[in-house]
Amino acid sequence: MIQLTEVRKYFGEKRALGPISFEIPPGGAVGFLGLNGAGKTTLLRILATDLRSSAGEVEIAGINVAANPHEVRKKIGYLPETPPLYRDMAVGEYLKFVGQIKGLSPDRVDNRVREVEEYTQLTSVHDEFTQNLSHGYRQRVGIAQAIIHKPELLILDEPTKGLDPVQVLELRGLIMRLKEEHTILVSSHVLTEISQTCDRVFVLNQGELIASGSEDEISANLSGTYRIMLGARMASDTRAEDLVHFVQGLPDITSVEMVQQDDQLLTLLVQSPTDCRGSLSRSLVKSGHDLVRLELGSNELESLFVELLGQKVN
Amino acid sequence: MNGLRVIFQREINAYLRSSVGYILAATVLMLDGLLFYTQALGPDTEARVSGQVLAIFFYTTSGLTVIASLVLSVRLIAEERQLGTQVLLNTSPVRDWEIVLGKFLAALVFITGITLSTLYMPLMIVVNGKVSIAQILVGYSGLVLLGAAVLAIGVFATSLTRSQLVATAVGAGITAVMFLFWPLSTVVDPPMSRVLSALALHGRHFSGFQQGLLHTRDVFYYLAVTYFFLLLATKILEAKRWE
Repeated sequence: MIQLTEVRKYFGEKRALGPISFEIPPGGAVGFLGLNGAGKTTLLRILATDLRSSAGEVEIAGINVAANPHEVRKKIGYLPETPPLYRDMAVGEYLKFVGQIKGLSPDRVDNRVREVEEYTQLTSVHDEFTQNLSHGYRQRVGIAQAIIHKPELLILDEPTKGLDPVQVLELRGLIMRLKEEHTILVSSHVLTEISQTCDRVFVLNQGELIASGSEDEISANLSGTYRIMLGARMASDTRAEDLVHFVQGLPDITSVEMVQQDDQLLTLLVQSPTDCRGSLSRSLVKSGHDLVRLELGSNELESLFVELLGQKVN
Repeated sequence: MNGLRVIFQREINAYLRSSVGYILAATVLMLDGLLFYTQALGPDTEARVSGQVLAIFFYTTSGLTVIASLVLSVRLIAEERQLGTQVLLNTSPVRDWEIVLGKFLAALVFITGITLSTLYMPLMIVVNGKVSIAQILVGYSGLVLLGAAVLAIGVFATSLTRSQLVATAVGAGITAVMFLFWPLSTVVDPPMSRVLSALALHGRHFSGFQQGLLHTRDVFYYLAVTYFFLLLATKILEAKRWE
C-alpha cells in the first residue's frame, strides 16, 4: 500500500525527517509513535500529499506521489491534527461538500452522507453548524470527512488529542471498526492508544525511524528475547517445581520464572530467543497439563518506548 | 470541472449566509445612492444632459465596485489558510485552477449581484432623461469587467499569504499603482505615457464604458488583466500546495 524510499524533508536548513524508508502492506492499522517534534506530522503530511518531500520517493497504491498526486488524493482520506471544518456549514452540508470534492457523484453523495453519519454517530447533529459542536463531535466529523469517499488509505494525525476519556474510548472503537475496511495510519504520542488500536508500530525520534514492527517484535528485537506468559492447570500429581523444571528442559527456553500459583493453576514467565509458543503448548498438553494462557509481550509499549529513546540518546 | 462547480456552490452559499456579504452589499448600495444624489444629480443638475448624469453614476459606482471587489477577494484563500481548511482542498483531488476559478466566479457573481442592485438609478435617468438601454448595458459591462479585474488582483494577493491584512495591503497596493498609471501617463513623455495609459486600470479603459461606448480594446484589456492575475494566483497556489 505504501512504499517510502530514502525520504527526507527539510524546512530551510533544518532537517525535519529522514532519511526514512519503509513499506506498509494493505490492511490493518499502523501506529506512528514519537515525542512531540519527532516528525510524525511531517511524515503523515507527506503521505497525505499536503507536503512534498525534499528527497526520496513515495508510492501509494502503486502510484508515485510526486508524479501523480491527483490520482493519489482520490485514494486517501486525511484527518489533520485540527479537523478542517468550515464553521459556517452544517454537518450534513459539510460532508456533502467534502464528498463532492472527493469525487462522489451527486446521486450517490446524499446516501453516502447518511451512511457515514450513522457510522460515526453524527445523525443527531446533521443540521448543527460545525462551530457549535463539542470537540469530540468535531473529531468525529473530521473522521467522517476522511472516510466519506471510501479511501483505501486513511491517515489520522493525533485523532484523540484533546478528547475526554469517554470520547477516547468511543473514537478508539471507531478506529477498530474502520480497520476492517481501510488501511489506517495513526499518529500519537499516547502510547496506550497506539498499543490498543494498531497492529504495527513505527517509532520515530528526531525525524528518524528507530524501530518498527509489532509491539512484541520490537520487544524481542530490543532485548533479543521473547517473553512469554504461560498459564497452566497442572496435572493432579504434579508439583509446581516439577512443571517449572519440565518447561526449563524444553528446547529454546532460556529461563523460567514462577509469577503466580493458585492451587493447581500456575503462571510462568518464560524467556526464549524464538517465538516457541507452538512447541511449548504441544509439549504441555502432551504431558497431561491444561493450557489456560499463552501470550507474548510482557514488555509494555511504554517501557519499550522509553528504552528505545534511551538507547538512541546513549 | 466537478471541483470548480462544488467550490463555486460552497462560496456562493457562504456569501448568502454570512453577515459580511450583506453588510458589504448594504454599504455599497447606501454609498452609491448617496453619491448618485450628491454627485450625479448634484446641485447643478439642470446644466447636465442625462448622458453626463449617467457617466458620473458609472464613475462613482466604479470606485465602489473596486473597493467592494478588494474587500471581498482578499479573504478568499488567506481565510482558508487561517481556518485550516486549505488542507482539505490540498489533499482532495481538485486542481489548483478549479479552486482559484471557483472562488473567483462566486465572488464575481456576488459583486455583479450588488452592482446590478443599483440598476434603479440609471432607470430613473431613462424615465426622466434621454439615455438608451444600450448605454446602460455597456456601462454595467464595464463595471463587471473592472470588478473582475480587481477581484483577480485580490485573489492573487490572497494566494500569497495567510494574513488577510497583508493580502489587503498587497491587493490595494497593486490596484492603487494600476490606477495611478493613468494620471502618471498625463505627465510623462511618450512612449512611456502610452505604455502607462495602456496599462491603467481606470481612465482610458473605463472612460469608454462610462460614456456608453464599447471598445473591444477595453474589453480585451480587462479580460487580459483578469486572466493574468488568476494565472499568477493559480501558480502561487500550486507552488504553496506542496511547499
